Formats: sequence, structure tokens, C-alpha cells
Amino acid sequence: MAVLEVSNISKRFGGLLAVSEASLEAQAGRITALIGPNGAGKTTLFAIIAGFLPADAGSVRFDGREITGMAPHRICGLGLVRTFQIVQPFGALSVRENIAVGAHLHQRARGRALEAAEKVARQVGMEAQLDKPAQGLTIAGRKRLELARALATQPRLLLLDEVMAGLTPTEVNEIVAVIKSIRDAGVTVLLIEHVMQAVMSLSDDIYVLNQGRIIAHGGPRDIAADPQVVEAYLGRRKVHA
Amino acid sequence: MKKIFLIICIFFLVLPLFITSRFWLGFWTTTLFFALLGQSWNILGGYGGQVSFGHAVFFGTGAYVSAVLQVRFGLDAWTSAAIAVAAGALVGAFIGALSFRYGLRGSYFALVTLAFAEVFRVLVNAWDFTGSGFGMLVPMKPGAASLQFADRTWFYYAILLLVVLAYAITWRVERSRFGAYLLAIRENEDAARALGINAFRIKLAAITLSGAMAAVAGVFYIQYYLFVDSHVGYGPAMSVNALLAPLIGGAGTVLGPLIGAIALGSLAELTSALLGKQPGVNLLAYGVLLLVILRFLPNGLMGLLKRAPRGSS
Amino acid sequence: MYGVLHIINFAHGSILMLALYAGFFLFTLGGVDPYLAILILAPAFFAGGYLLQRYVIAPISFGKDTNVLLVTLGLAIIFDNLALYLWTSNTRTIDVKYAQVFVDVGVTAVALPKLVALGAAVLIGVLFWLLMTRTDAGKAIRAVSKERQGARIVGISVEHIFALSFGLGSAVVAIAACLLLPTFYVTPQVGNAFVLIAFTTVVLGGMGSFIGALLGGLFLGVVEAYSGLLLGESLGQIGIFLIFIVVLLFRPTGLFGQRA
Repeated sequence: MAVLEVSNISKRFGGLLAVSEASLEAQAGRITALIGPNGAGKTTLFAIIAGFLPADAGSVRFDGREITGMAPHRICGLGLVRTFQIVQPFGALSVRENIAVGAHLHQRARGRALEAAEKVARQVGMEAQLDKPAQGLTIAGRKRLELARALATQPRLLLLDEVMAGLTPTEVNEIVAVIKSIRDAGVTVLLIEHVMQAVMSLSDDIYVLNQGRIIAHGGPRDIAADPQVVEAYLGRRKVHA
Repeated sequence: MKKIFLIICIFFLVLPLFITSRFWLGFWTTTLFFALLGQSWNILGGYGGQVSFGHAVFFGTGAYVSAVLQVRFGLDAWTSAAIAVAAGALVGAFIGALSFRYGLRGSYFALVTLAFAEVFRVLVNAWDFTGSGFGMLVPMKPGAASLQFADRTWFYYAILLLVVLAYAITWRVERSRFGAYLLAIRENEDAARALGINAFRIKLAAITLSGAMAAVAGVFYIQYYLFVDSHVGYGPAMSVNALLAPLIGGAGTVLGPLIGAIALGSLAELTSALLGKQPGVNLLAYGVLLLVILRFLPNGLMGLLKRAPRGSS
Repeated sequence: MYGVLHIINFAHGSILMLALYAGFFLFTLGGVDPYLAILILAPAFFAGGYLLQRYVIAPISFGKDTNVLLVTLGLAIIFDNLALYLWTSNTRTIDVKYAQVFVDVGVTAVALPKLVALGAAVLIGVLFWLLMTRTDAGKAIRAVSKERQGARIVGISVEHIFALSFGLGSAVVAIAACLLLPTFYVTPQVGNAFVLIAFTTVVLGGMGSFIGALLGGLFLGVVEAYSGLLLGESLGQIGIFLIFIVVLLFRPTGLFGQRA
């Protein structure tokens, strides 16, 4: 049984069909990617999975349990956490305090949460910035913070939304290593990405979304060769980082 | 930080020994009163980021319930006080449940609190049971049993005790998971929900605590002045006073409301001394100070003391 | 002002109060009839509002919405208390001959000034609609309200547009004051009652909709009259506040509004 089972999700915004009968699965302990041209509906699908948007049709199952339409905080409590494409740091708080908010999901005591935050920061390579205010971070730092915060909730399934957008190639490589280590620690990852070299090197499984529909599914090599996918991207195989 | 608290506590404890005039005793009593009222606003507005423009609705409830219970039902002052505080908490929970359930945020929430305060104001003003236009007058019965003190110094110590309690509670909140969640909601409510925070419940808890604390201020007020009417209890003036102290002193900090209250009180005395006791002068000065702070010190006066950014962003 | 720019102007009532005082003094000291005063006060308040927004409100609030609310609150406090200090809280009224003229509208008799006010309100509504849809300035305002950054890119000065809108709003307030003066009174507190009523009108009628505001205003006027009848003079005011709360909770876009 897959950790996440999305079945025939559809979502309409007025006249626009943003997502149309999309189905995908995320297998335990593997990295699954959701790719597609801009505006394909990827973030909308994430928002639906994580409970931020109601679906018009279809269902989402997490560990076999129906979570369609559940409130976001409850879904997080069950072990499914998402990051945001447009980073949302807690600006006035320090990096440590930011991560601690995530850690508090399982740690009631302030002291323990702050300790856990320090550990997670080390895990993602942020320990040098622990006491800096979040609003002073660079875009790369904020993305990493977003990741760290989500990680602190000790999730089973991590939804990463374009966590590499706007990063330099060096930064991309660092994040790829971090994500791999997260996977190795037993967390299942579902990510939306545009940075193709990262997607190809990271993912075990890829779904392609175009205009709300899943048009392809397979391993990296199959997807790269799929003419429909190539066409959907208008011939752009590699996107500049 | 604990040391600073201790020093401040000691300062206020011994202060009455150095005061000889009734005037200055009243000044400090009133200042501490606004420090308490301001802290109640601070919990919801400063830490929680939910700016309220109608905080008088909680304050007035505390004052009126206490007055009505004593005057109309003959209850003793202490029981009335307890019930009044509970009433304040209840009103907080009610307004919070409605507003947050329907997702009111930011300016909308601020205006709705003002609307509620106005509704209450019109209600108590129209209802004979609450004294209608004349207000409520609690009979003078000096003695601890009726929570009135012939020697005004006791009132000073009473409000000091309340302030110490309220500030201690706020201090603990700041260092708890509840506080961390409140701040997260203030900074970014969606991100907070994504991290497992039940924003509705946390905000509801904050407004309930805030309402209770403001009601305590209301109880103190009625025992001190023995009079309240719709304008004093539920009017915009008290709502504005509730938010001025924390905003000027530093919203989202424990000591902000106290510093703000002291600054405002001093400013009021200064303007009276310079421009005479004309109506409206000190409020005028407050308005100017508010704009100055918003422009140059958005983190309030505490921002001058602390380097790290705290307080509402 | 709100519908287009999402500025919640707390000083709205205070500006009305200032305009009322201005009209009052023009009448008592200069013998200028309130309706004529419109010609003087509308442009004056337009300019004043423009400058206020551009050089006071905008710089202090750093563009954040809740800050704007606080800044305008500060301004309201300053204006209200300045008026209190300068002119005391004595109620002032003016006496114009035509205030006593009543017009028979079939069902009842209405005071002439109120009828004039109604006509003016409709006229202004139409004018604004034309302004928004037919002129360049109007289109610029709508562009800014929909997409601030995009408008900036095509060369529209956002600060100017904001100030323009604020100025326009202030001018309308000044006109309203002049229309109100014959049948109303002037005190420093007079603005307070109007702030919430104004917001309720906008919220009820819907943001960005002039028809909505017009109908909203009419509806609220009726509500106020009826609640006054049903509940008695003092309780009547509640009607408006309750409607405000209900609308905000259940239909924040109002009856005619566009998506917020």
C-alpha cells in the first residue's frame, strides 16, 4: 500500500478546470516528483492534498486513511506536512524559533523543542544561522528554513513545493544531498520541481501534470524519452537553475 | 530578564514610601491600571497579531457585571469580581468563536471588535437594569470585605499585585508552546496551520485570556471609582487607551505595556503642565506620539532597548 | 476609498467633522451658503486629502494594511482632539431658510435639504462611475486596485493614484458635510458615529461597487429609522452595528461587491 494515494482529484475555479481527475501514488521511503509546465496545477494539487483547498471530486488517502477535506493542522498531526512555493517564514522569529514551532508538534516543553530545532538545523546544514532573524535570510536560506521547519514535525510524508527555485547550482546540489538524506532516514518525499537535473537525479518515480491532467508516469529515463512530455514543455528538457 | 523583573517589582513596592501627595499616588495607580489593561490587549494584539479596536467590550463587561451583581443582587464584592472576570472570558470566547470561525482577520477583525463594543454600549445605555444613561453607582463601603479601601495606598498595592500576576502570566506564555504557536499565527497563519497548529483553538484561547485580563482591569476600575457608565465602560476612549500603551511601549513584549503606560502618563502630565488642563490636549499628544512611534519605532519603545527584532512585524 | 484601494480609513469620520466645521465657519464668518461652500471645500479637501495620503499616511504605514488602520486611527485622534481643543465641545448649528422647507413626496413630507442630499448622492455615484470607466485616471485607479506591481511596471505612479483616490474620497466627504450642514449639528465627536456607519455601508453594498454603496446607504438609513421605531431611540443604533457584524461574518464581499 502506498503511503499516499491520490485518486481522481478534480478542482474547478469558476470556469477554469485547474485539476482534472489527477491520480498519483507516493511509495514509502521513495522520492516521487510531480513536474509539469507552469500553471499546470501542481501547487493546487498540493494544496488539496494538504487540506488547504477542498477538492470538487476525488479522494486522498494517507496510509490507507481517508484525509480528503480534513483541516491542514490535523493532516499535519497525522504525519503529512507541506512547504510553500512562496516561502512563508516567521519573519520576526529567529531560525531556531522558527524550526521549534515545527518541533512543538511532538514536544510540548519549550526547552526540548528548541533542542530538537537545533538538531534539525544541523541536519539541513543551517546551524550557523540558528540565532539569526528569519527575515534576514537569503532566498536559499529561507527555502532551507522552510524545509527544516517541516522536517521538525517528524513527518512520514514530506511535500516539497519548488524548494529549489531560485537557487544557484551549488545550492541545488546541497539541497539534493539533504533531501536524499531525509529519504534515507525513512521519510517519503513528494516534490514539485522545475529544476530538471535535480528531478532526474533525485526521483525514483515521476508524474507529469499538464493543464490539470496527469499525462505521464514512470522512472526518470522513461519520462525523459516520452514525446508527450517533451511536447508539453515545448521542447525544453533542461531548465536553467 | 528575571533580574529586570525583580528590580521593577522592588521599585514599585517601595515607591509609595517616597510619595507624599495623593496626586502622585493616583498617578501611579492609574498608570499601573493602564499597564494591566494594555497587557490584556497585548496578549491578543501584540503576541497573537489580532488587533482589537474594541477592547472596551471586555473591560466594560468586567466593570458592569461586577457593579450589577453588587448593586442589583447584593452579592459581595469578591464573588462579584470572580463572576465578572469569568464574564469577560466568556465574552472573549464568544466574540472569538464567531470572528475566527468565519475567518475574520486583520482590519476586519479590528472593526468587528469595535462593532461589538458599540453594541454593548448601546445596550447598557438603554437598559434600566444596567443604569441606562445614568450608569451604575456602587455604594461606598470601605473595608477589605467589599474590596474598597479607605486608604488609597491599598488600591495601589492591589493594582500592583494584579499587574505582577498578569505580567508573570504573560512571561510564562511567551516561553511556552502556546506562546510559540501564537507568534507563529501572528507571523504567518497559513504556515502555522501547515505545521500542525490549530489556529482557531489557539486564537480562541488567546482572546479568552485577553478578555479575562481586561475584565480584571474593569473590576479594579469599578472598585476604585465606584462608578461606570456606558461611555466609560464600552466607549471608544477605553478601547483606544487599551491599545495605545502596548503599541507605544512595544507590542509582543512583556514589559511593553508597562513602559507604554508610563510614557503616556508622563506625557499627559507634561502636556497639562505646558498647555493647561484643556480637554483633549493629552489625547492630542497621544495621537501624535502614536504616529511618531509607528513611523520611527514600529517595535515601540522596547525597540530602543532590544537589538533583536521582536514585536509585531 | 476602501473598495478600490483597500485602505480602511479610520479618520473618515474626523475628516467629515473637519469639513462640517469648515462649512460652519464659512457660513457664520463669511456668510457663505453651504451649497455654495461645496465649490470651495470640495477642491480644498481634495488637495488636503491628497497631501495627507501622499506625505503622511503612506510614509508612516510602510504600505502594510493593519498599519494604515493604526495610522488613520492616530490621525482621527489628532483631528478629533485638535477640534476639541480649538473649538470646545459646544454644539453648533446653522440656520438656513430652506432647511424649514418641506416637500411633499406623496407618502410623507421630507425636508428639502435631505432631498437635495439624496439627489446629490445619486449624481455623485453616476459621476464616479463615469470617472472610473471613461477617464484615464479612473482606469489607472482600477489598475492599481487590481494589481499594484503590474500597474507600477506600466508606469503608473502608485503613490500618486493612492493619493488621488484619498483626495477624491475626502472631497466627497466635504460635499457630504456641506449637504449635511443645514439639518445637522457640529461637535468634535460628530465624526465617530459616522465611521462605523460608513464602513457598514461599504461592506454591505460591496467593495468597489458604487451602486452597492448607494443602495447600502439607503438600506441602512431605513434600518436605522425602523430600529429606532421598534426598539426606541437609544437602542435603534444597534441595528447598524449588528448588520455590520452579520455582513462581515457571512458575506464579506457585500451584496454587490466583487471578490475581495
